[in-house]
Amino acid sequence: MTEFLQHIVNMLILGSTYALLGIGLTLIFGIMRVVNFAHGELYAFGAYFVYFVSILLGLNFFLSILVAIVAGCLLGALIEVVLLRPMRGADIDTTMLIMIGAMIVMQNGEQYIWGGVAKSVNTPFPQAPLVIGSVSVSWLSVFVFFASLALIAASYLLINRTKLGKAMRATFQDRDTASLMGVNIQMIYMATFALGSSLAAAAGALLGPVYVISPQMGNIASLKAFAIVILGGLGSIGGATIGGFMLAFAEEIGAGYISSGYRDAMGFLIIIAVLLFKPTGLFARAERIG
Amino acid sequence: MKRYLPWIALIAAASIPLWLHDPYILNAFITTGIFIIAAMSLNLLLGYTGQLNLGQVAFFGIGAYTSALVSLGFDVELIGGIRVVHEPWPVWTGLLIGIVVSAFCGYIVGKLSFRVRGAYFVIVTISFAEVVRLVALNWVELTQGPLALTSIPPVTLGLPGLGYYDFFSKQSYFYLVLGVLAISYIIISRLVNSRTGRAMVALKENESLAVSVGIDVTSYLVLAAVVSAGIAGAAGGLYAHYLKIIDPDVFLFLYTVTMVIMVVTGGKGTLAGPVVGGLIFGFIPVFSRSFVGPELQWIIYGVFMIVIVFVLPEGIVPAIEKWFASKDKSRMPESTQAQVQDAS
Repeated sequence: MTEFLQHIVNMLILGSTYALLGIGLTLIFGIMRVVNFAHGELYAFGAYFVYFVSILLGLNFFLSILVAIVAGCLLGALIEVVLLRPMRGADIDTTMLIMIGAMIVMQNGEQYIWGGVAKSVNTPFPQAPLVIGSVSVSWLSVFVFFASLALIAASYLLINRTKLGKAMRATFQDRDTASLMGVNIQMIYMATFALGSSLAAAAGALLGPVYVISPQMGNIASLKAFAIVILGGLGSIGGATIGGFMLAFAEEIGAGYISSGYRDAMGFLIIIAVLLFKPTGLFARAERIG
Repeated sequence: MKRYLPWIALIAAASIPLWLHDPYILNAFITTGIFIIAAMSLNLLLGYTGQLNLGQVAFFGIGAYTSALVSLGFDVELIGGIRVVHEPWPVWTGLLIGIVVSAFCGYIVGKLSFRVRGAYFVIVTISFAEVVRLVALNWVELTQGPLALTSIPPVTLGLPGLGYYDFFSKQSYFYLVLGVLAISYIIISRLVNSRTGRAMVALKENESLAVSVGIDVTSYLVLAAVVSAGIAGAAGGLYAHYLKIIDPDVFLFLYTVTMVIMVVTGGKGTLAGPVVGGLIFGFIPVFSRSFVGPELQWIIYGVFMIVIVFVLPEGIVPAIEKWFASKDKSRMPESTQAQVQDAS
């Protein structure tokens, strides 16, 4: 039982960052129909940026996370304008190939700049963990959990309570009609990609200091983000949030009770099972297979 | 002229070991040849049926591991205490069994994953490859996990009454790879130029229309997946017995990406495309390794891929064909004028 509670606590922390990753991708994939292979690299970029700013430039830890999120946002906007805007209207495979190219460039760029050795970040939190009953959790993880929840809430409000969010939702439902109603589609696409990228960078910036930062960390993150999106259904922030926690739960339970070597296999098995048996996702609103 | 081009290329390739004695370059030719075979298998799905299988490396790796394990032998205990012992078999049976097992996996994966299309198909296939990689990494009893399968025997071919022929030297392995490449090329060209191939192209161009005229889409897709997986398995087997060591890194996504870059650059949906693309990307490392590290080389690959998609979305081979066609067309008016004059 104690063990199980510990797994639940770990699941909440991991799940909150997975949710950020998933929300970013579900917006990009849902609104732009771009299979964003570079999503995981933006996650890794966020983690490296925290390392860069806090260790190499000596900035405050919390400020470096903020800087990393802003940098992810700018990088996302840049990728959108340079790589995706000229290819507007191209089929999904074409943009997928471009994003795979971007993924390779970014991943190897990280390795080239920061080297292949894993990095770790010092945090201002006390080393001694917070102990509640039989469960222990580091202060850093507690911070990560609440920061992620705050970002999830912020993106929910952005999508559902602002004019920009309304324009994004309109574009998701019907691009042409939205365009006729005066929505600047180019701007919406750029904003969507920038927002999605900043959320991925935020997930990396928060989770990176918990573990270690390596060039390979983005590799599997993209696929995990896809698992979350597939679980949660396309374009749904609530779905992606639940999907993130479900994936984290499956990983924790799989690693804890089956075999830690197969931890990362859980996400892939979920993808395969969901797509084969319920291809519209568990919480889908709209028709998805096209 | 165009009809004889593959034969001229084959003869030219067959002459390489006669005049090329640099073992490093010959080695590059062998590994490039193996990757060209794999890229051809990917092209059958991507170029002719339009399905982007980003898990192609799974079949390559399954072929490699199966062939290596059949020829090395293994001793594993399955769940329930069932013990499976396998004595080493001759290498050529390993290669054949590797192809069969790969093709069978292609059948299963095809049957299951062709229920979804587009982005979802891509994601299912990547997930499959990652699961296989994790199995290879974690089933240490069978695969040695990260320690890798080592001392994989080289290919020998026993002919009854004629003794053994071995492929120890680089020269002979070059001809083995070239032979498999030629056979794969012939299989794929026969397939895509048949009724089946036309059905595949029809469903790539317009799936609902193809269904409406009575083409059983899924069975053609599964057939393509089986042939494609079998050929990828053959390439994997050749790879394992050439390197004589194989570890779970053979399943890395980057290898699939390499195949995709080769196919897209050369020209998807053309027979020559993977060969041209494969030669380009097989030899970039040969020339670039003296002045750039592996990261920079990958960055070049990535940039190249983006540039190709932007500038030459069809690939090199179709662009060359188009250029020749336009040259023919520009000559046409004179000859037709001449004909008109003759007639009058």
